Amino acid sequence: MTTRREFLKTGVAGALLLNVAGCTRPAQGDGRTVVLTALIPVFLDGALPPAGATRPELITRTVAGVDKAIAGLSLATQKEVGELFDLLSFTPTRMIVAGVWSTWPEASPEAIGKFLESWRNSRFDLLKSGYAALRDLVFSAWYARPDTWTAIGYPGPPKVE
Amino acid sequence: MRDPFREGLAAGWNHIDASALVADQALEADVVIVGSGAGGGVTAELLSGAGLKVIIVEEGPLRTSSDFRMLESEAYPMLFQESASRHTADKAIKILQGRCVGGSTTVNWTSSFRTPPATLHWWQTAHGLKNLSVEAMAPWFAAMEQRLHVGLWPLPPNENNAALVRGAEKLGIPVAVIPRNVKMCWNLGYCGMGCPTNAKQSMLLTTIPVALSRGATLISLLRAEKLEFSGSKAIALDGLALKADGLHPSGIRVKLRARQFVLAGGAINSPALLMRSKAVDPHGVLGKRTFLHPTLVSAALFDTPIRAYAGAPQSVYSDHFLKQAAVDGPLGFKLEAPPLHPVLLATTLHGWGEAHARLMREFANSQALLALVRDGFHPESQGGRVTLRDDGSPLLDYPLNETFWEAARRAMLAMAEIQFAAGARWVTPVHESATGYTTWGEAKQGIANLPFAPLRCRVVSAHVMGGCAMADAPERGVVSDEGRHFQIDNLSVHDGSLFPTSIGANPQLSIYGLVARNASLLAAALSGRPRPAIL
Repeated sequence: MTTRREFLKTGVAGALLLNVAGCTRPAQGDGRTVVLTALIPVFLDGALPPAGATRPELITRTVAGVDKAIAGLSLATQKEVGELFDLLSFTPTRMIVAGVWSTWPEASPEAIGKFLESWRNSRFDLLKSGYAALRDLVFSAWYARPDTWTAIGYPGPPKVE
Repeated sequence: MRDPFREGLAAGWNHIDASALVADQALEADVVIVGSGAGGGVTAELLSGAGLKVIIVEEGPLRTSSDFRMLESEAYPMLFQESASRHTADKAIKILQGRCVGGSTTVNWTSSFRTPPATLHWWQTAHGLKNLSVEAMAPWFAAMEQRLHVGLWPLPPNENNAALVRGAEKLGIPVAVIPRNVKMCWNLGYCGMGCPTNAKQSMLLTTIPVALSRGATLISLLRAEKLEFSGSKAIALDGLALKADGLHPSGIRVKLRARQFVLAGGAINSPALLMRSKAVDPHGVLGKRTFLHPTLVSAALFDTPIRAYAGAPQSVYSDHFLKQAAVDGPLGFKLEAPPLHPVLLATTLHGWGEAHARLMREFANSQALLALVRDGFHPESQGGRVTLRDDGSPLLDYPLNETFWEAARRAMLAMAEIQFAAGARWVTPVHESATGYTTWGEAKQGIANLPFAPLRCRVVSAHVMGGCAMADAPERGVVSDEGRHFQIDNLSVHDGSLFPTSIGANPQLSIYGLVARNASLLAAALSGRPRPAIL
């Protein structure tokens, strides 16, 4: 059940804060990188190798993959994705709309997982679609790379001469 | 490997890459065709064959077989609308549509069905399209089947399709082999990323080259921005050149004048072009009733390798569930199997973290079925509506209602039962609330209780139809059954946006056949010569 309070929180306040977040647009690339660097290990838990030398490098490469994917989206969609990352970067909206109270680098995997689940199961299409956009971006950036294919038993495309 | 398109370019075909233009241009032709997919390609071949001077405008890039490296990371941004992430307004349906020379025919999975008789009968009776009988259309389909080498796939199906056969046959559900438009096919399985061996008889390999060899001009990376009208005539098309990234306008404009304009940009872009141009729409029918065959996905795991990435992607189907009720009754669905590639599967599967990773680790043993829901016949299945964003780009609003979800539930049940019958050890509807089932009994109960709603249950589409519908009178549609616009004298629509309902089958051959008919009629009208004997 959606309570009245929840609706106000996400509906009205969310929209207002989204505007504020948009107006005080954080340094775009940086804000996005910080958010993605926190989200990627949670989305890719089980796919990303456990802590070790290659892990930070793989996260960086996945962030770069997401950046590249965003740059290929239609301009209208790029704008929407920009708003999504603004909302997640801006402290008040991060707290209220995403429910993540610490900064992204300090947020625990459990807190981030809770955020993903709350958006995935939200009553609001806007948040559900925000979750779906993040999921699509992260999974495409990861599984587009040949170095992720051995783990899933995909041999890659055949040779055509 | 030869690249016949590049050979043609080297031999002097007229191709203008609009991203390379440094000054505004003005060109003139008998006919300007907007779009180079199934409709634009067939039109270009037939009109150029009648001696008409043709310009083909394509918003996407020209990419040819040497560019097709079978990599999702390259193919999706290069060859698809919106980087293969076009969505409906509420993001509940993901739409795959081509955007490159050849349009969706460059990236489709080659399934080639004639318009089903039930659909043509419905168009004749409910939409007044009396001329479009099965008998009248048969020669056009036959001609295009011959032209594009359509034939029943002769090799055994890959394991992904074989599972559909095995499961369905066990349950007494009839299945049949899919006709494909391929010649000397290597059976690789990468049709969706552009055919690297020039086996697929797409527009890129067939009709466009013929038109170019007859002197037609192809302009790629040119966005058809607006038509200019004078009275009841279209007089020019304003094109915006795009930069090489295919996204940003470069600032260069190309103005195209012609006696006749043919819209073939697909069922979202064609109505949107008319809307941006503020074309007359006295009855408010433009961009309405857009259909998608909204498609459900059921994923299964087998103990043995399936390798759904290898081999002809779609080779068998079942129409059993299209025949359970009247065409306008509870929505029926066609069953097919899709190819699975890492990005396609990863972004389709629900869940995240270890639950998602666990499924991906079984990629090679994964099998999937699709249920393509036939929309547009039932009174509560009115499809979607094309609107324009502030920047003029099109957006499809397609609400999914209870009539659809009732069919979605039946489809998920049908697919799970077939997958278990085929030997699956685990099946899940692609749905955020589903956790998967290990027996049919469990699935039956679980699916019955799943909450079906937008963005909970994954819905995808690769077939966009309608929005400039054919009708018997201007009150009911945008164009006549010949594709001629009811109010604009020299404007025709030759693409999937013509269809007054969905097709109930993969639509490429429906577009080829109908457009072959209408382009022949148009060729005769414009050239003053008898209608070309097709082929």
